[in-house]
Amino acid sequence: MADRLAMSPTATLAVGVRAPTADIYAPQWRNFIFVAPFLFFFTTLLLFPLLWGMWLSFHKADTFSSGNFVGLGNYARLYHDKVFLQSIWNTFYFVLLTVPTLALIGLFLALCLNRRTRTAAVLRTLFFSSSVLSVTIVTLIWRIVFIPNVGLLSTIYGWFGATAPAFISDPSLAMVGIAIATIWWCIGLPMMLFLSALQQIPQDIYEAAALDNANRWQTLRSITLPSIKRTFILVIIIQIVLQFQLFGQAWLMTRGGPNNLTKPIVLYIYDTAFRRWDLGLGAAASEILFILILVAAMAQYLVTRSRGDQA
Amino acid sequence: MTADIEIRNVSKQFGAMMVLDHLSLSIRAREFIVFLGPSGCGKSTLLRMIAGLEAVDSGEIAINNERIDHLPPGKRGIAMVFQSYALYPHMTVRDNMAFGLANIGVPGKVIEARINEAARILEMPHLLDRKPGQLSGGQRQRVAIGRAIVKEPKAFLFDEPLSNLDAALRTRTRIELAQLHQRLQSTMIFVTHDQVEAMTLADRIVVMNNRKIDQIGTPMEIYERPATKFVAGFVGAPAMNFVDATLDRSGENATARFADGVSVQTEIASSQLTDGNYTFGIRSEDVRIVAAGQGNADGVVDVLERLGERTLIYARLGDGQQIVGSDSGNSRVAVGDRIGLAFDGQKSHLFNETGRAWHAREA
Repeated sequence: MADRLAMSPTATLAVGVRAPTADIYAPQWRNFIFVAPFLFFFTTLLLFPLLWGMWLSFHKADTFSSGNFVGLGNYARLYHDKVFLQSIWNTFYFVLLTVPTLALIGLFLALCLNRRTRTAAVLRTLFFSSSVLSVTIVTLIWRIVFIPNVGLLSTIYGWFGATAPAFISDPSLAMVGIAIATIWWCIGLPMMLFLSALQQIPQDIYEAAALDNANRWQTLRSITLPSIKRTFILVIIIQIVLQFQLFGQAWLMTRGGPNNLTKPIVLYIYDTAFRRWDLGLGAAASEILFILILVAAMAQYLVTRSRGDQA
Repeated sequence: MTADIEIRNVSKQFGAMMVLDHLSLSIRAREFIVFLGPSGCGKSTLLRMIAGLEAVDSGEIAINNERIDHLPPGKRGIAMVFQSYALYPHMTVRDNMAFGLANIGVPGKVIEARINEAARILEMPHLLDRKPGQLSGGQRQRVAIGRAIVKEPKAFLFDEPLSNLDAALRTRTRIELAQLHQRLQSTMIFVTHDQVEAMTLADRIVVMNNRKIDQIGTPMEIYERPATKFVAGFVGAPAMNFVDATLDRSGENATARFADGVSVQTEIASSQLTDGNYTFGIRSEDVRIVAAGQGNADGVVDVLERLGERTLIYARLGDGQQIVGSDSGNSRVAVGDRIGLAFDGQKSHLFNETGRAWHAREA
């Protein structure tokens, strides 16, 4: 087109006379106004604290001063801190207990409740309702369930003449107790995400599968699960990011005990930064948590994606 | 493999709404039958009942004298091509075609051979390792047909399979479907609301309207001797001309008189007809354009549609009724001209108030 215009004198003339038309794709700086509020809050509440946290982690800081630059000193202290290492293990153990369970139970509930009956609608609401409670209420409920001798669990076990497991005080069960409370609290979101994914699958694919002699199991394995694969990844990533940040349940149910066995990283950060006021060390622990979440979520994403590509 | 399909007294209701009302139909082996009708007439429901995707409320469906209406879809020995193709999006074309066979334990080698044969017939071996998302609409259509072919079914069911294709591809696929039917010699049932598809593909057309069958016949029977006014108006483009008329039954054949005094001598025996109000019907190609005063009626040209090989002329009669006539492709008639319209009595039809049709005696 440009060549033709250049060769034809009349065309060149026409172009010369024509009034310039606005390029609708040209950048318009006034559009910046529309994103400015978001950018303001993103920068002040997310970006700045993130960078400040990194900066703090390289300093020996307390509430009154940012102190001296110590390089990787805070990270070296963390590396030798048994409580911190224990808290990393605790957090991983908790994530391992909760994330797969949340994904599987969420999927199971969604598969069961993906129908247009009144009972299904009531049950969907019921299973989602726990999600709107605050952590204080959730932990209160589960403390009442787990409390020795008079708790709900003890009462039920008592009917059969048995002793209930000590979910809060037994070192090997305390984290499991916190995980149970967390799964009960968080199950609504995965279930809803799976339900919305299931409802996106076109009905005619199921009809084609019925004509293709697929039984229920073959339909689930070959049609339903591959169709909601992306949602499965999304649920896993969301839950990894959420559950790595365990704090409220552990703080309110066990205070990190017994013997630091339920102390997660965030609780360690809280203790270090806001109870012992060692801000530099707390900031360094925060950076480690940040990297752990990032790596776990990315690894999950990459593993699932590469497997998906091979399929 | 092919199938006689017998539908006996089948009814279907969705809630309080009756969709099919005691419908019976025999489909012969190797026949290409088309269910034609407007949206909501129940044609897709009938097809889905044959497929087993909708339950039969009452009546029965048999294939080769064996009742199948209680069997699940997969056990009926039929294959279906959906309007939206319904391919499995996460599977390759090969896996899409293999899925149904693998589910019933067909050996891998047999599956492979059948897929290769279907791919050869449909000229798509190069598509086998692609996923549906990487295919065009026409290619997906082929895969959907291929998925049906590999099953070697007793009958193929097509639910408006051409409606998502563009005009050129639709014409091509239509021809390919006709060739496929000749090659496979299978029973095929095709649902459409497009009368051109029905006329070009069908051995017999089942015209459905308002929960029941209006007429079953070959395309030319349907076109030339429609059983009802609905069929006459639904099949053929442009639609048949209808003019309210009174009848003069004094002669051997009835004469139709329009409100403005125009009369047309039909070749419909007066003895068949009773008293009452009638509608006179005639197709545009049976209305010739002649000089004003020389036909049955005169009219003024409203609109011209030049189709190339012929010209459709929309003329208004004295009483305001519009009649479509047909002239040669290079017709000299212009909008606003006063012309004469000559009706072919041999090709005229009469419809009574209930819509029942009468035609000229068969030659």
